[in-house]
Amino acid sequence: MRILCCVKRVPAPGAKINVTDDGMAVDAAHLGFTTSPHEECAVEGAVQLVEQHGGEVTVLTLGSGEASEQLRYAVSVGAAHGVLVDVGSSDWDPQRTAAALTEAIVALEQEQPFDLILFGNESADSGGFQVGIRVARALGRPVVQGIKGIEVSGDGSAAGTVTARREIDGGFEVYELPRPCVLGVKEGLNLPRYPTMKGRLASKKVEIPEVATSAVAGGQQRVKLHRPEETVSETVILGHGPEAAPAVVDVLAELGVL
Amino acid sequence: MLLVILDHQGDALTEAGREALTFGRTLAGRMGVDVEAAVIGSDASALISEAGQYGAATVHTATHELLTDYGPDAHSSVVEQMIRELEPDAVLACGTERGNEVMAHVAARLDAPFVANCVDVTPGDSWTMTRVQWGGSLLEDCALDADVALLTCGLHAVVAEPGDGQEPDAESFDVALTDADLVTLVRQRVVMEAGVTLPTAPVVCGGGRGVGSAEGFSQLEELATLLGGRVGCSRAVTNLGWRPHSDQVGQTGTRIAPEIYIASGISGAIQHWVGAMASKHILAINTDAEANMVVKADWAVIGDLHEVIPAIIAEVSARRGS
Ligand SMILES: Cc1cc2nc3c(=O)[nH]c(=O)nc-3n(C[C@H](O)[C@H](O)[C@H](O)COP(=O)(O)OP(=O)(O)OC[C@H]3O[C@@H](n4cnc5c(N)ncnc54)[C@H](O)[C@@H]3O)c2cc1C
Repeated sequence: MRILCCVKRVPAPGAKINVTDDGMAVDAAHLGFTTSPHEECAVEGAVQLVEQHGGEVTVLTLGSGEASEQLRYAVSVGAAHGVLVDVGSSDWDPQRTAAALTEAIVALEQEQPFDLILFGNESADSGGFQVGIRVARALGRPVVQGIKGIEVSGDGSAAGTVTARREIDGGFEVYELPRPCVLGVKEGLNLPRYPTMKGRLASKKVEIPEVATSAVAGGQQRVKLHRPEETVSETVILGHGPEAAPAVVDVLAELGVL
Repeated sequence: MLLVILDHQGDALTEAGREALTFGRTLAGRMGVDVEAAVIGSDASALISEAGQYGAATVHTATHELLTDYGPDAHSSVVEQMIRELEPDAVLACGTERGNEVMAHVAARLDAPFVANCVDVTPGDSWTMTRVQWGGSLLEDCALDADVALLTCGLHAVVAEPGDGQEPDAESFDVALTDADLVTLVRQRVVMEAGVTLPTAPVVCGGGRGVGSAEGFSQLEELATLLGGRVGCSRAVTNLGWRPHSDQVGQTGTRIAPEIYIASGISGAIQHWVGAMASKHILAINTDAEANMVVKADWAVIGDLHEVIPAIIAEVSARRGS
């Protein structure tokens, strides 16, 4: 099975998110970076499928040169290849991102199509909820979002189906898609593994080829980022240690939840 | 004209459907146009009347034997056909999973931009809007250049309120579906949980890395059961494998809205906070008086949760007994 995962490098803020002076980006000067959580699960899901059915996983990202760090991480947990569309540090709009990824996928599929392409349901930072769907439609493949369970029929290659579970309030919906197809997955699909020593070594050695793009800007453009207004409330300290228990239970009684 | 795509369940609008019309009324007012609504998969008169109460002047219903259940391709095909025939200036849905999914498909079909999860929209020669990023921790102002503005409003960006409530005109819309629109239909529906779920629980007892182990959660379980609530947790906890992801509160987990959220051993990272901030009240239990969760809570107990929680359980039991 040939599986592609499209992932995004995002900053990992703690107690609050700061914005750069020009308002165009998250101020990441003092932040670490990570793979968007949904896509971490996409990579794990792809690696598990390949372990069951054979084949290999390729990981594709559009971002700055530093995003190769996230590609290498994916290799350290079982992906075979990482491919970068280097667009510098600016965050591209969703139409442009999708067009560039489509271009890259067409280039990567010259010899053989991917049986399955996984996206995160939405990116952790910009949250546009559309890139995977745009790419799927451009490639003429079916796509379903919100997936938390994937099963593949047969040996995973050529013709066959993918059964995908989507969580809804109090249950789930099941879809059955013909391959090749695309899924937007969510955290909770699985519990991603940690890199092994062997994986770490492989990730250091792997070549990260770059794919060029000719995609042009779409119709939605950022003006500025800002933090929502916060209502600051005074915290009432009910006490220290177990002695605070009666005060806590007074609060519960007052709220009528006792 | 503004076309609002309505989410419904049976013969009633969902809260998201009502929110979309409420948001749409304000937007249509700014645009100086009427609100028209689209109902896909039903033409029940109760639905049409309710859409009217919430401000739709006309309701377009699309029924078809293949539209009785959800499918992103089929639903987006209907919306695309409506856009081509009714020529709205803007199309709005509520930013639920389905709302965003359908609008993204519509945008891809039309090769048009789509702005997800808006909280404020200013129409004009060039449209501007404010939308949600980072699950609500950050806002983005953006400009839109499009023939038809395709938008969703953020879930709970407004509180649903009925409008003037006249009976709307009902128009049935003829749809044509192709085989390609039928690939992504729901094949099976499985109902899992009955009773109190995490999003609806009146009390949530949340635990973070500070709980220390999977076993440590038994105290939180006990307290949650006593109070008729549910256990929640942070992503640190799910990543450690101490709790299933279905318990995770936050940006990539569940959004909760209990009467009280008791957050123990949770630092209150922004991605956790966005899932918890709709709680009516928050009580933090933490050894660190400076933790973000403590600073943002209504009440806090400073101390070791392994001592505080058993004491609370004992106190609740004692008062119930007496
Ligand atoms: C894109 C993205 C999405 C994310 N989505 C989510 C999400 O959906 N949900 C989520 O929760 N996180 C999410 N995170 C992770 C988030 O940033 C934090 O890493 C995580 O919430 C921290 O979990 P924690 O508070 O349990 O752990 P920590 O930050 O390690 O905090 C532990 C807390 O426990 C306290 N403590 C320790 N021992 C005790 C004790 N004995 N008694 C009382 N208190 C004690 C400490 O003082 C501390 O405040 C996301 C991160 C990213 C980058």
